[in-house]
Amino acid sequence: MILSPILSLLAVLGLAPLLPGIANRIKSALTGRRGAPVLQLYWDLAKLWRKGVVYSSTTTVIFRLAPVVLAASTVLAASLLPLDGRRALLSFPGDLVAFAGLLGLGRFLLVLAALDTGSSFEGMGASREVTVATFAEPALFLCFTVLVIATGDLRLEGMLGRPLVAAWPLAAPSLVLAAASLFIVLLAETARVPVDDPLTHLELTMIHEVMVLDHSGPDLALILYAGSVKLALFGSLVVGVLVPRGQLAAPLALGVLVAGLVAIAVLVGIVESVMARLRMNRVPQLLVAATALAGFGLTLLLA
Amino acid sequence: MRPVHELLLLLVVLTNFWVLGTTRLSATIRAVAIQGVLLAALPLALHPGISAHRLGLAAGTLVVKAVVLPAFLVRAIREAAVRREIEPLIGFSASMLLGAGAVALGFSIAPRLPLPELDTRTLVPVALSTVIIGLLVLTTRSKAVTQVVGYLILENGIYVFGLSQAERVPFLVEVGVLLDIFVGVFIMGIVVFHINREFDSLDSARLTELRD
Repeated sequence: MILSPILSLLAVLGLAPLLPGIANRIKSALTGRRGAPVLQLYWDLAKLWRKGVVYSSTTTVIFRLAPVVLAASTVLAASLLPLDGRRALLSFPGDLVAFAGLLGLGRFLLVLAALDTGSSFEGMGASREVTVATFAEPALFLCFTVLVIATGDLRLEGMLGRPLVAAWPLAAPSLVLAAASLFIVLLAETARVPVDDPLTHLELTMIHEVMVLDHSGPDLALILYAGSVKLALFGSLVVGVLVPRGQLAAPLALGVLVAGLVAIAVLVGIVESVMARLRMNRVPQLLVAATALAGFGLTLLLA
Repeated sequence: MRPVHELLLLLVVLTNFWVLGTTRLSATIRAVAIQGVLLAALPLALHPGISAHRLGLAAGTLVVKAVVLPAFLVRAIREAAVRREIEPLIGFSASMLLGAGAVALGFSIAPRLPLPELDTRTLVPVALSTVIIGLLVLTTRSKAVTQVVGYLILENGIYVFGLSQAERVPFLVEVGVLLDIFVGVFIMGIVVFHINREFDSLDSARLTELRD
């Protein structure tokens, strides 16, 4: 029985770099270009992995530690999610806090590494990243609260598993609102368009990209890979809430998840094509809207 | 699954949030128009069966709230050539949170106002929160057009509340109310033009500078 969570974790970890490729491909198609191959991130990772690393003389051990901790904590967070619809690799009551905490730990180290370089641009990016995270986290936790109250289970395994199937007929509006809120959090946490533009090359406007300017070689590969896994994680949350898979057989549930993740990537690509990124001072407003949506869902559930 | 009217009421609340969160004048008008469509569908969804009374109410609401008034407001901002951005007195995030607070307040007060006839738990809280949010828009947005929008939202909340008694209220009263709003908005539209001509701005705070 332990095999199924491991296999689905490996499948999601293996397929994660596909998602940014799909999103970028959709974006290219909608703007009339051919675009990079869908597998581009795999080639980039392979290329970066073979390259050497350059460390600035001002950096300390934190700069070298950050990519490793980021990748490890993101993968560990992935093992908390019930990717096959019923069981997670690791599960304990309250693991939703561990999930958010592990992602927060990775971000914290990345921010420290950005500050460690002493570059003023990276410090600016770090400050913005933390600002966005400050507004994204309440929305995330309110969504989790909606799920906890709807399912009566404090474990992610239950919140997204079998109890959710039973909760759907009773709490459908709240769950849809929570999923919408989670999607906005996804866009913010994975640095996609209305919040941050992954393709911008101007340090003044970048948030996430500017923090990783000084990383190179395998370190950069780890950061890019962790970014794609994070997209897969939040995608799994959205898909998990919208399509409860607790009653499906494990392989089928995994198939549905992968199809859902592809759909999320397509949706992200569409959002990126039809929206301009928001002005920096309007980003918190978007995330407060996400919080309000989740709060409305919670109100409906408590009423 | 939940009945249709619950879904409509939730969408009404979402359009309220949309008005609170958007920065564009035209978007607030679009949101109010969509709210008008939802409100027109509400009397048909709320009570089973179809009666001429409710059909008339729905048709009147659709024409006045979803077509005529939004078209009039769109015309008003085009004629007045105002800046398309809303300038709120309190920030968008703060008003969004106040809106969420209004919804929570509505849901916490509603159990003390039981409705004997309907099996809905969301009608009263949605009505209350819509009234509060309308008041919020009315008081915190300084443009005259957005104040009209706030007035419309406030009235929409009262309309939702009135729907709980739709079978009892004579048709004539409802038509009278619709006419009332129509005339009210019409007069406000004329006032908007005059404020604009007098001050080259739609900021209603400047009305205090009026002298004769």
